Amino acid sequence: MSLADLWFVLFVAIIGGYIVLDGFDLGVGMLHPFAAKEDRERRIVLNSIGPIWDGNEVWLVVGGGVLFAAFPVVYAAVFSGFYWALMLVLIALILRTVAIEFRGKRESSRWRGLWDTVFSASSFGLALLLGVAFGNVIIGIPLDKNGDVRLDSVLDVLQPFALFLGATTIAMLLMHGSLYLVAKTEGDLQARIRRRVPLFISVFTLMAAASAVWIAVSDYGVIDTFTDHPWTLVFPIAALVAYLVMIVMVRGGSDVLAFFGSSTVLFLSVATISAGLFPNMLKSSTNPAYNMTVSNASADSYTLTVMLVVAIIGIPFVLLYTAGVQYLFSGKVRLTESSY
Amino acid sequence: MGVGFGGNGGRVGRGTGRKSLNPEFLSRLQFALTISFHFIFPPISMGLGIMMVWMAWKHVRTGDPVWRQASLFWVKVYGLVFAMGIATGVVQEFQFGMNWSQYSRFVGNVFGSLLAAEGIFAFMLEGGFLGLMLFGGDRLGSRMWLAATVLVVFGAHFSALWILMANSWMQTPQGFEQHAGQWGPQAFMTNFGSVVNTPSFLPRLLHVYVASWMIGSALVLSVSAWYLLRNRHREFATRNFSAAIKVFTVLAILQVFIFGAQMAIEVTKNQEPKLAAMEGNWKTQTCAPLYLVGWVDESARQTYAIGVPCLLSFLSYGSFDAAVPGLDKFPEKNWAPVNLVFQAYHVMIDLGFLFPLIGVVAWFVWWRRKGERLPRWLLWVSISTVFLAEVATIAGWWTAEIGRQPWVVWNIMRTSAAVSPTLGTGDVLLSLITFALLYALLLVLFLFLLDRKIKHGPEALEERYQTDLPNTFRELFRQRAQARASGDLELEDVPR
Repeated sequence: MSLADLWFVLFVAIIGGYIVLDGFDLGVGMLHPFAAKEDRERRIVLNSIGPIWDGNEVWLVVGGGVLFAAFPVVYAAVFSGFYWALMLVLIALILRTVAIEFRGKRESSRWRGLWDTVFSASSFGLALLLGVAFGNVIIGIPLDKNGDVRLDSVLDVLQPFALFLGATTIAMLLMHGSLYLVAKTEGDLQARIRRRVPLFISVFTLMAAASAVWIAVSDYGVIDTFTDHPWTLVFPIAALVAYLVMIVMVRGGSDVLAFFGSSTVLFLSVATISAGLFPNMLKSSTNPAYNMTVSNASADSYTLTVMLVVAIIGIPFVLLYTAGVQYLFSGKVRLTESSY
Repeated sequence: MGVGFGGNGGRVGRGTGRKSLNPEFLSRLQFALTISFHFIFPPISMGLGIMMVWMAWKHVRTGDPVWRQASLFWVKVYGLVFAMGIATGVVQEFQFGMNWSQYSRFVGNVFGSLLAAEGIFAFMLEGGFLGLMLFGGDRLGSRMWLAATVLVVFGAHFSALWILMANSWMQTPQGFEQHAGQWGPQAFMTNFGSVVNTPSFLPRLLHVYVASWMIGSALVLSVSAWYLLRNRHREFATRNFSAAIKVFTVLAILQVFIFGAQMAIEVTKNQEPKLAAMEGNWKTQTCAPLYLVGWVDESARQTYAIGVPCLLSFLSYGSFDAAVPGLDKFPEKNWAPVNLVFQAYHVMIDLGFLFPLIGVVAWFVWWRRKGERLPRWLLWVSISTVFLAEVATIAGWWTAEIGRQPWVVWNIMRTSAAVSPTLGTGDVLLSLITFALLYALLLVLFLFLLDRKIKHGPEALEERYQTDLPNTFRELFRQRAQARASGDLELEDVPR
């Protein structure tokens, strides 16, 4: 395994971590106006992610930084080529932050209703964009020989498969967020969300299965990895196992374990897609010679080594206090003076 | 070596096309807008953070509840500022790739790794512990509170360190080689030590840290002065004013005579054309004057200004007769927009000279009157300091960045060669307008909420803040574990 391969694995792990962590924030955001009926419930839902959502979002920033450093040409191609998709991500991120911070600052129900709508809509938007992004990476993008993405129009990004994967991601994060909320709430609110969980799981199951079939029958080249290197099948199989464990836990009423189950499913789904793409990072739909692979797109070994030292020092701390803060704020949500 | 960026000839330099609407100019404008707006917040995170560490430390040392009250008040402001910093900081990271893809490809190995290190080390430390600080304010004992504050503030400073390192590399690049690969020319790191410690790094770091602490103390000063003016929260305001005026004055004096001066000396050494633009110095001359205020007529190549004769020569080279290189020494295509740089620089240094004056006068009056019955004009001047300090800091940033033009990486890569080739003028115009609207909304909300917090003022203290709260991580976790075991959390349910 080369240094570049190792950094690909680390990058995938960071993105997987982001999807798991910010994924439940987004799921909670999407459910927020629907699951919670009155203001007190909405505050509970919001405060379930209150102390941790910005820490979770930092994983995206770290992922962007790692991509910039370890695979600069991929970073440059994706961020400039999908300019408007990235603009939408930024707009949604900013509006979500604003909504979380500002909703509780006034009593008026119109004020709060406005920010609730913004919070929910931006969460839906981000979930959709994440899925569409993965969809485009799977399909392949019009890379030219300089490593620039030449889109004819913004609509090129919205191909049927990418949109379907976007919808699947929404379903997945609704499931993930609802399991998180079941673990974090109690009483009527919890019961109401719990009743919806089977629906979310079923929708996700059907859509994920359809996406898998779509990938298998299309000529996206993702399947080759699994046929060439059968050991990589361990990712989808483990994802399936985690999924089954999750189902059992949901049925058994083990709320926290069910949430860990869905976290594992999300993480392994990202790992499965990434394994399927490997060694490509970006496939060119214009000419396979322009593909950006883990080896031809990586930074040189000096930079990767320096970065590895940084990661070895930094990442244990990151994991330690991520776990510490999550533990401190674990348990059911109670509203206090410092709540949102 | 030897793979250069020629740029696009006339469009790059000072030709007529410079200000026309093209993706490069609009991208520069967009970057200037977003970075300037973002840069309102991190200095407050650092500076107010340092003030809060001091308050937390005073509380540990003296047990005086007013410092606990102050911490619990300022942490609310801190949380707001921090949220704004995060929301606008993500934009900066994305924009390198979005608008400056050729730059990103070229410098990813070097510059990208500094950004990534910032993310891994510092940002997560801040983000992670901020939760503890913001939401644990009323759950932590005084020592634990001090620890949480120190960690967050350390994170903020550590974060800034990497960013300033990356910026310093753009100003005084070293420790790399250029090679052409499959994706065009790229800079490859050859020596991490030199990349990290470029000649402009240390002066810049200290200059920015001190500027940030000035902003933090000025914020405390302004808010306390406003309470004194309105005759509200007198005890709180008196104590805060007294602390802040000392910090502000000392820092303002140090900034002028040491840290700002060191920065100017560094520019003199390493970026002569930038110095020439900062002072509007067209011709190389001995006994060059230091201007205080003026106007640069770029077409006539004249600077009309008042200043102190020979002082620039003296400050830059330690001799009144020293020759200071003018713009005539450098090709015109390597000139920055002279008047803009001149104005930004002079806004910064004029305010820089004003701050020690304000500080000394305010401190003296405060001392003579023992903190009682301060004149209204003095309170108004004190209130203005935070706004002036923000203006000075952003003007300083403009000086550094616009003064670097037409280079994005000094003497290595032109800004015109850095822009994303895939962008159309319409794309960038629309995104610029979007950012302008979005940031206007953010600014209005920020000021509205800040105003509310300040008007609401500090809360009266409860007894329990003095006792029985956890003071170490071990106690904190043990309390949590007990609360979980008994199925009951120590917090009462207080709706807002």
